[in-house]
Amino acid sequence: MSNPQQLRYSKEHEWLSAVEDGVATIGITEHAANALGDVVFVQLPEVGDTVTAGESCGELESTKSVSDLYAPVTGEVVAANQDVVDDPSLVNSAPFEGGWLFKVRITGEPDDLLSADEYTAFTAG
Amino acid sequence: MPVMFSASGPGSHVHMSTTPRLTALDALHRSLGATMTDFAGWDMPLRYGSERDEHNAVRTRAGLFDLSHMGEITVTGPQAVDLLDFALVGNMSTIGNGRARYTMICREDGGILDDLIVYRLGETEYMVVANASNAQVVLDALTERAAGFDAEVRDDRDAYALLAVQGPESPGILKKLTDADLDGLKYYAGLPGTVAGVPALIARTGYTGEDGFELFLKPEHAEGVWRALTEAGADAGLIPCGLSCRDTLRLEAGMPLYGHELTTALTPFDAGLSRVVKFEKPGDFVGRKALEAAAERAETAPPRKLVGLVAAGRRVPRAGMAVVANGEVVGEVTSGAPSPTLGEPIAMAYVDAAHATPGTEGVGVDIRGTHEPYAVVALPFYKRQK
Repeated sequence: MSNPQQLRYSKEHEWLSAVEDGVATIGITEHAANALGDVVFVQLPEVGDTVTAGESCGELESTKSVSDLYAPVTGEVVAANQDVVDDPSLVNSAPFEGGWLFKVRITGEPDDLLSADEYTAFTAG
Repeated sequence: MPVMFSASGPGSHVHMSTTPRLTALDALHRSLGATMTDFAGWDMPLRYGSERDEHNAVRTRAGLFDLSHMGEITVTGPQAVDLLDFALVGNMSTIGNGRARYTMICREDGGILDDLIVYRLGETEYMVVANASNAQVVLDALTERAAGFDAEVRDDRDAYALLAVQGPESPGILKKLTDADLDGLKYYAGLPGTVAGVPALIARTGYTGEDGFELFLKPEHAEGVWRALTEAGADAGLIPCGLSCRDTLRLEAGMPLYGHELTTALTPFDAGLSRVVKFEKPGDFVGRKALEAAAERAETAPPRKLVGLVAAGRRVPRAGMAVVANGEVVGEVTSGAPSPTLGEPIAMAYVDAAHATPGTEGVGVDIRGTHEPYAVVALPFYKRQK
C-alpha cells in the first residue's frame, strides 16, 4: 500500500489533507483499515462539535473490535461524511478517498504529525 | 487508534513468550497475503481478504480452512474405551466404529476443562481432538487418568495437519478428489480414505453451521491437498478462510467457544449442555459426584442461561460487557460480533433466568456506558436448510 504524499499522518493512524481556507479533511489510513478488518459501524463527531488533538471523537466497529477515533488536530467539525455512516465498508475500500470521515476548521495542530514517508517508516516497524 | 491492536477474539489471546508455532501451510498462507494472528501459541491466518466475504462464501458456497492448531490425542489399547468413559463425561462405549461424538472433559469439581470431538478410528483406537488452547491440559489429564487402564495416550499434535472444507458446495468439491463414499458419510462420522492421492481421515464435522468436512492429513501432504482443493473448488467459488470468519460462523450457529461460553468456572449444566453428561453410563467418571449435584441445582435453582441477543442498533456487544435490565446487571456477554448473515450485531450471553426467556422486554447491554437495547432470542441465530 502507498500513503499519498500530499497528506499528513498521526501516530494514531489518521490522515489529514492539505489545509484549504483553514479546513482539512480527516480519515483513517489504509494501514489502519487493513488492521481493523471489515468496518461495520462508524460513529463520527457532529458538525459544530469541537474536537481536540489526541482525544477520542468517535468510534469504529469492525468484526473483531471497536476502536476509538482520535482527532489528529484541534478545531470545529464543519462536515461529517454521511456516505461512510451509511456504508462503513467505504473505510476499507477507499480509505483515502470516499472513506474520508470528517472535516475540521483547524485552530491548533500538534507538532508531531508525520509526512507520508515518515508514516510509512512508522508503520513498517 | 491505539486500541485497535488489542481487539477481542482470536487476535487477543495472551501471547506466549515462546516463538509461535507454524503450521505446515505457513508459507502458503503468507503467499496468499493472509493477515496472521497469534492464537493459542500458533501463528494462524485471521483472514485473507474481507472476513465478511469469507463468512458469506462458507454460507453460500465453500471455504477452505487450515485448522492445524487443533490438538490431536490418540488413545489406543484394550481398555481405551474404558479410559475414555472414566476420563470424559459422555458415553464413549456407544460410539460406533467410524463415528464421532461431541463431548467434554471436566475436573473433579465439574468445571469444564475442554470440549472435544472423539473419533472412533478402530476397534480399540480413538482420536480425541482438543482445542489448541487446551491441548496440553487435555493431554495431561488423559495421561493422568489413564493410570490403571490398559491403554496408551499418545500426543499426536505434530502427526496431523487439519484442513476443513465447509459450505454447501463442499461435498461436490471433495468428490472430485476422492473415491470415498461421501454420500454414505453421515454428520459426525469419519472414515479413512484417499484425498488427492494421499491418505486422509475424512470426517463430516465442522464448526460453521454448514455441511462440510475436516481432513486429518500428514503435515507433509497438507500443501498438496490445499492446492488440489483450491483448484477443485475454483468453479464453485471456494475461497481460503481465516479464523475471524470461523468465529462469526460458529457464533451464528450458536456453538460455544472454549474461553468464552465454556470455562473451568462452569459445568456443562451451567452452559446449557447437560445433554453431553451421561450419568447412566456404567462405572465412575471424573466429576460424576459434582455434576450430579450441579444437575440437581439446575433443577431447583436455575443458573444463568446462555441466550442469544440481537441488537436493535448497530453497536456491537463484546465479550465481558454487562447485560442490564432496569439498571441492574443481569448477565454478561460471552461472544459478540456483527452478524454477516443477519446484518445485525449478535451476541451470546449468560443471563439470569428471570430475563432469559426469548422475547423478554427491557434487556440491554452496557456498551461503554450506554445501555443499548437488545432482543433476547433462542439459539442458534442461524440454522441451515437441509
